Amino acid sequence: MKRTRIGISLCMALFLGGAIAGQAADVTITYWQYFYQSKVDLMNDLIQQFEARNPGIKVEQVTFPYESYQQKVAAAVPAGEGPDVINLYYGWLPLWVKSGYIQALPDFNFSSRYLAKTFYPFVAQSVSFGGKNYSVPTAVRTLALIYNKKLFRDAGLDPNAPPRTLDELLTDARRLSKYDTQGNLVQAGLLMQPSGQGHVWIREVLFRQFGATPYSADGRTVTYNSQAGIQAFQWYTDRITKDKVGYPNFSTDDPTAFTAQKAAMNIDGSFRIATLNAVKNLEWGAAELPTYKGIKSNFASFWTNAIVNGVTGAKLDAAVKFLTFLTSPEVQEQWLQKVGELPATPSLSDKFKNDPVISVFLKGLAYAHATSYVDEAGQRAILDDAVDEVNLKKADPAAVLKAAAVKEQKLIDDFWK
Amino acid sequence: MTLAARRAATAYAFLGIPLLFFVGVRLGPMLYMIAMSFTDWGLLRKTLHVVGIANYEAILADPVFLKSLLNTAKYAVFGAPAVIVLSLGIAILLDRLPRGKGVYRLIYVLPYITPLVAVAWVWRWMFQSPPLGIINAAFVSVGLRAHEFLNSPTQALPSILAVNVWVELGYCTIVFLAGMQTIPSSITEAARIDGASGRQLLRWITLPLLRPVIILLAVLEGIQFLRIFTQVYNMSFQALGGPLDSTKSAALYIYQKAFTNFDMGVAASASLVLFVIILAVTLVQLKLFDRKLTY
Repeated sequence: MKRTRIGISLCMALFLGGAIAGQAADVTITYWQYFYQSKVDLMNDLIQQFEARNPGIKVEQVTFPYESYQQKVAAAVPAGEGPDVINLYYGWLPLWVKSGYIQALPDFNFSSRYLAKTFYPFVAQSVSFGGKNYSVPTAVRTLALIYNKKLFRDAGLDPNAPPRTLDELLTDARRLSKYDTQGNLVQAGLLMQPSGQGHVWIREVLFRQFGATPYSADGRTVTYNSQAGIQAFQWYTDRITKDKVGYPNFSTDDPTAFTAQKAAMNIDGSFRIATLNAVKNLEWGAAELPTYKGIKSNFASFWTNAIVNGVTGAKLDAAVKFLTFLTSPEVQEQWLQKVGELPATPSLSDKFKNDPVISVFLKGLAYAHATSYVDEAGQRAILDDAVDEVNLKKADPAAVLKAAAVKEQKLIDDFWK
Repeated sequence: MTLAARRAATAYAFLGIPLLFFVGVRLGPMLYMIAMSFTDWGLLRKTLHVVGIANYEAILADPVFLKSLLNTAKYAVFGAPAVIVLSLGIAILLDRLPRGKGVYRLIYVLPYITPLVAVAWVWRWMFQSPPLGIINAAFVSVGLRAHEFLNSPTQALPSILAVNVWVELGYCTIVFLAGMQTIPSSITEAARIDGASGRQLLRWITLPLLRPVIILLAVLEGIQFLRIFTQVYNMSFQALGGPLDSTKSAALYIYQKAFTNFDMGVAASASLVLFVIILAVTLVQLKLFDRKLTY
């Protein structure tokens, strides 16, 4: 009898002790990102590194398909579930901040001075709302002209001399386009996909090169509806309607057409590097975006990390530590090597000065602009539809752009009212 | 308690379970949705305010919503009658076959039992512009002009509509065939003895006696086309209902408001508008077709 009682006490002591020890030691935070194989694999590695250095903190990674990512987030919030740290596209920030879904980062760790010192200027601009900073990125992306070297050779063009100006781009695109007997395009010289990167090429590159300013400095007024803006927009639509070097949704979409070698040139982002490298028999190169009247411009964007509202105490401390780790130089380097996205800290780029592909994208960062979206999908759809209006309905580009500007202004006004 | 009363009680007890389900899963959320349509509920937001009829004013002033309603009307007005007329024709022909009825029935029902998403994507690929799409390849090879199909604001809706008609044909054909089996052979034989021709049989016996089946299918297919979603979602580029909103159905509009813009209040009000339209159309159909017939 006595022995049993001792046994029970012992067991209880062990059990309770274990439970208390476990409680004191472990804080588990949940990290959400969308599913992209190389990112998920790297994140599993990074979590191990982080946990080894921060005993007592566990990080759980949860991923969702890109297509349903926002829906999952939206569904998890009313249910009171969801992540502590979340990866999101910078263009979603205004809505998420306004909805109160994510919290301002502690000034102690992520002050505006720190952000300005650490990241590219467009990062600090895009993550700051009402004087508070809401997120920090690991990596950033820019655009470049990517081209198929084999198709260049086939057309008698020098595969090591990609076009440098818009005029050269047009000449080469015409030469690289092929048609069947009926005149249907079977090989696109230059892919024209506004719903891909085309809309930002127009928005932040062509508009500026033709002398227009797309938005006011605070991003709240649409200003591209000028004579120069119309010229830029028409330069784009003329390639579809007059030269027929490409059109929206040619061979499904632009990455598909390019990897299937049905297209010679495309404007695409640095996030595509890993994908293109993985395609067998695809000999591709990258060049800086073609200039016009000597003006260079580029579009930068990034996925960024934020802490969800309602995370407090030990979890918040753990989340801040994890964010600091995720945006550290060592992680940025691993991110570039494994995922192919460019470091968000400018000083790290020196190491890749000689990489023929990465260096091209890095150069673009120096003169890149990030659009201050309020509704990325909505604003994209407006320019996308504008191109369709001209292409499919033979509408007048000037009138179409004017209507698009009015529509986009309304979207922005509705958001801020 | 009398035996009859006890029997009734048992029946109600069993029916209570589906009733509970209906109230919990259908009616409850619907009433909730009606209430929410008067608020500014957004999924990411933690607070919500009553905004009166502002959501209704907003959608009725939204040209995209009006266009999606017009598109929905096109799907229903052209789609449902096309399915019913075609499937009735096929069923009549199949019914006359002395042999191989089963094989043909299988052929017609196959599209219906194939997952809709797969059907939509296969057709989407077949509709592709040159050099990819098989339909355009066939057109070009016989010297016809290539068509834009899903890339054209005028052809995209009919293309999606045609696929849906093709999918629904099998189901309706089977239902019509089953309906034909219920027509008593004594009536047809009597008519034959009286010297009725095949056409007369069809006009005066088969069609009138199939009336309940036609009503059923008109209602079901009407609803089916009015809430068309999967095909449009999968066959339009980036699931946007384009080009230029030319294929966007009301259901897709609701989905986008709810799960792209997270504007649940607006989505709820649009759902209610669609619900009222479907209810009205169904009631009118029932009224029009459901006249008593006696022999």
